[in-house]
Amino acid sequence: MSKYTEDDLREELKTKEYEYGFYTDIESDTFPVGLNEEVVIAISKKKEEPEWMTEWRLEAFKAWKEMIEPEWANVKYEKPDFQAISYYSAPNTKPKYDSLDEVDPELLATFDKLGISLDEQKALAGVAMDVVIDSVSVATTFKKTLSEKGIIFMSMSDAIKEHPELVRKYIGTVVPQKDNFYAALNSAVFSDGSFCYIPKGVRCPMELSTYFRINQANTGQFERTLVVADEGSYVSYLEGCTAPSRDENQLHAAVVELIALDDAEIKYSTVQNWFPGSAEGKGGVYNFVTKRGICEKNAKISWTQVETGSAVTWKYPSCILKGDNSVGEFYSIAVTNNHQQADTGTKMIHLGKNTKSTIISKGISAGKSQNSYRGLVQINSRAENARNFSQCDSLLMGNDCGAHTFPYIEAKNKSAMVEHEATTSKIGEDQIFYCNQRGIDTEKAIALIVNGFSKEVLNKLPMEFAVEAQKLLEISLEGSVG
Amino acid sequence: MNLKEKLVSSFMAFEDTVDVHSSVHDIRTEAIKTFEAEGFPTKRQEEWKYTSLNSILKHDYSVFPKHENDLEFKDVKKYFIHDIDAYKIIFIDGKYASHLSQTTHDGLDVCLMSSALTKPKYKMIIDNYFNKIAGKDSLSSLNTAFSYEGAYINIPKNKVVEKPIQIIHFSTGNEAATMLQPRNLIIVNENAHVQIIERHQSLTDNPVLTNSVTEIFANKRAIVDYYKIQNDRQSATLIDNTFVNQKQESLAKVHTFSFGGKLTRNNLNFYQNGERIDSTMKGVTIIGDKQHVDHNTLVHHIEPNCESHQDYKGIYSDNSTGVFNGKVLVEKLAQKTNAFQANNNILLSDKASINTKPQLEIFADDVKCSHGCTIGQLDESAMFYLRSRGIPEKEAKALLMFAFSNTVLESVKIPEIKQRITKIIADKLGVSTGFDL
Repeated sequence: MSKYTEDDLREELKTKEYEYGFYTDIESDTFPVGLNEEVVIAISKKKEEPEWMTEWRLEAFKAWKEMIEPEWANVKYEKPDFQAISYYSAPNTKPKYDSLDEVDPELLATFDKLGISLDEQKALAGVAMDVVIDSVSVATTFKKTLSEKGIIFMSMSDAIKEHPELVRKYIGTVVPQKDNFYAALNSAVFSDGSFCYIPKGVRCPMELSTYFRINQANTGQFERTLVVADEGSYVSYLEGCTAPSRDENQLHAAVVELIALDDAEIKYSTVQNWFPGSAEGKGGVYNFVTKRGICEKNAKISWTQVETGSAVTWKYPSCILKGDNSVGEFYSIAVTNNHQQADTGTKMIHLGKNTKSTIISKGISAGKSQNSYRGLVQINSRAENARNFSQCDSLLMGNDCGAHTFPYIEAKNKSAMVEHEATTSKIGEDQIFYCNQRGIDTEKAIALIVNGFSKEVLNKLPMEFAVEAQKLLEISLEGSVG
Repeated sequence: MNLKEKLVSSFMAFEDTVDVHSSVHDIRTEAIKTFEAEGFPTKRQEEWKYTSLNSILKHDYSVFPKHENDLEFKDVKKYFIHDIDAYKIIFIDGKYASHLSQTTHDGLDVCLMSSALTKPKYKMIIDNYFNKIAGKDSLSSLNTAFSYEGAYINIPKNKVVEKPIQIIHFSTGNEAATMLQPRNLIIVNENAHVQIIERHQSLTDNPVLTNSVTEIFANKRAIVDYYKIQNDRQSATLIDNTFVNQKQESLAKVHTFSFGGKLTRNNLNFYQNGERIDSTMKGVTIIGDKQHVDHNTLVHHIEPNCESHQDYKGIYSDNSTGVFNGKVLVEKLAQKTNAFQANNNILLSDKASINTKPQLEIFADDVKCSHGCTIGQLDESAMFYLRSRGIPEKEAKALLMFAFSNTVLESVKIPEIKQRITKIIADKLGVSTGFDL
């Protein structure tokens, strides 16, 4: 994939087909607001799911009813009213705008800064596009390459229909229905999501990110992703997009499950840039996500995330290092500005022998935002020679924001080696002065310093996204320094 | 009747006997209400996530132990830092033992909480200081409700106290199980300087539960040097709640040495109400068996240009568990704060465990805050180096552990304490080091 560059992508995007029927076409309709057993059954029916799936959803719903919304996170927000949400709305097939001129110019300016091609801009903003009828559409090419390798990559609803045995075997094994309040809610009402299966010994030939970005449709607020990497396989998966997404849904409760069987490797990258609310702190998306992966023998899971959007983020991509010699990694940049609040981090549960985990978390808070790192490193008594290194650095910009670190470290094995370090600092005046002196204005200087600060994490992103993510950081922090 | 009910009903009997008409009485009544509402902390509370009091609370503690006074100095001499001249405030089963003590009113007050609470001449001080910074959590409130005896120390302006003050609480174990609630109030005025050593010691294997509250006020430019030696028997439980209020340019240091006891919980809280304050909290914990030590620290940076240093070392063997829960809170106003927190742990056994949670909560941007935390083993190459030079394994281990704890020991200002601690550590490790650190 090394030859595949941003330019190629742009080229391909120009010729790609937008409406190509990834989804089963459902008539556009929306359920009435509220949540009860009938709604859960209706969702399942709508999606023509088999009976076991309906049962599974109902089980989750029962558990959810008994649960209380968690309050331990270091965020303050008005709790969503779960009975005031419509739990099903069919993917909107009608374009929102007729041409780019109708789109918010501010949004377009951001697209430009990110260097997103014109056609892609249209797709992202929801503008109707001329259907380019091309015999070799990019998307179909991708699909062909994948199916040749035996890789299954499709929407969750299709997967439930086409590969029920796989879905049934793995769904809920890493994040059980009753795991937590939002996971239970998601399990009961998830609208769609992605399913990915890499067969034994196959190395996925492309970043699934690329494929995914092109085909990304509005999967709704309760997304469910399941990635299974069979023995000895490898996959790199990117979720989200650097482009700002003006999503109408206020509450997002997604669940992501990763399963890396023996010797497999999964690299999961997330770029999240959902609507953070206005500068005054009005509106914005609540992002309550449960992400977890399980590693069998010699397997490796690597989470990379760049979080710049959402009004409230509550997200802890975790690794259960079950197999011996398995490796878990977590690289994160969380940027909060204005009134955003983020409580994010990871859990590394060491169960197997010689397991290793690395946590690098960079928090940048500006404006009136609050940014928390919350992580757990747990070394169980049978995890001989477990090794963990954690580093959480926070950067504060301005005097109205806060940076918080809540690391939990629990070691029950004497051969464990655990290191944790955290620092909090601001951008030094001398650093800015140095840049100013050399003709770099303050805003640019800050971007430069922030990029340097985040480099360790940015480097872990798939190449084409690293560039965009870097620009995204700049944009997110624009105007935060007076 | 469980312990909570017992305490609440004993309070009713107790409250009629003490200060019925004073403001302290109101504080007590308020405090017992808090305790009644909240009860003993459980593992469901974040601050008590890793420490359970269940096994401790099941004993039938006697809340007002009988008065016993037959201890001779020679019997308990070893618990004193006896080779230095010191003021001594000694309690036996919660009662003041005048024959073991050496108090003073000459130029400074080193005397009793009970007299401070009852005598009219102390009224103003009690009104100004008593229960002003003690926490409103259930255990501190419980102590407040029952607070009657303890040390009262008031150092006037510009006074440098020439010898340390030792506060020792003995429990004789005359009753099957005893609960003690000492309450100390320490006021160090402008430019004054004092060194205090505190120790809790039980003399038999009957269970003792001590719920102690100490309020320390370090006024302008005061220097307070506080040492807590915790080397009690395996039957003793200590919940120590210490609150330090610092004014500008004051310096307060608390060293906690935890080697003994079944369960030890140290709640150590610093509040920095002034500029250019320096707070230091250090600790060495070396435990084994089924011991449990929990350090819960808080430094609240309220004003600018202050510093705080935390350095906690722990060595855990057998089935012991250690907890470190440190919190640094930097308020928006507290610019130019320097806060450091370190927690290093060594696990020597597979059954020992350590739970640590070093937290930073920062609301100001121009600060330097860092924390570091490690869990590991003794360095194998260092071990090899020592062994290859003919040092037996046990001694080599001990040497490395001394070296590990040394950053804490080296800041101990009283050499006799340092010697004593060294000896305790050596005894614990079963070695004779033949040198002083």
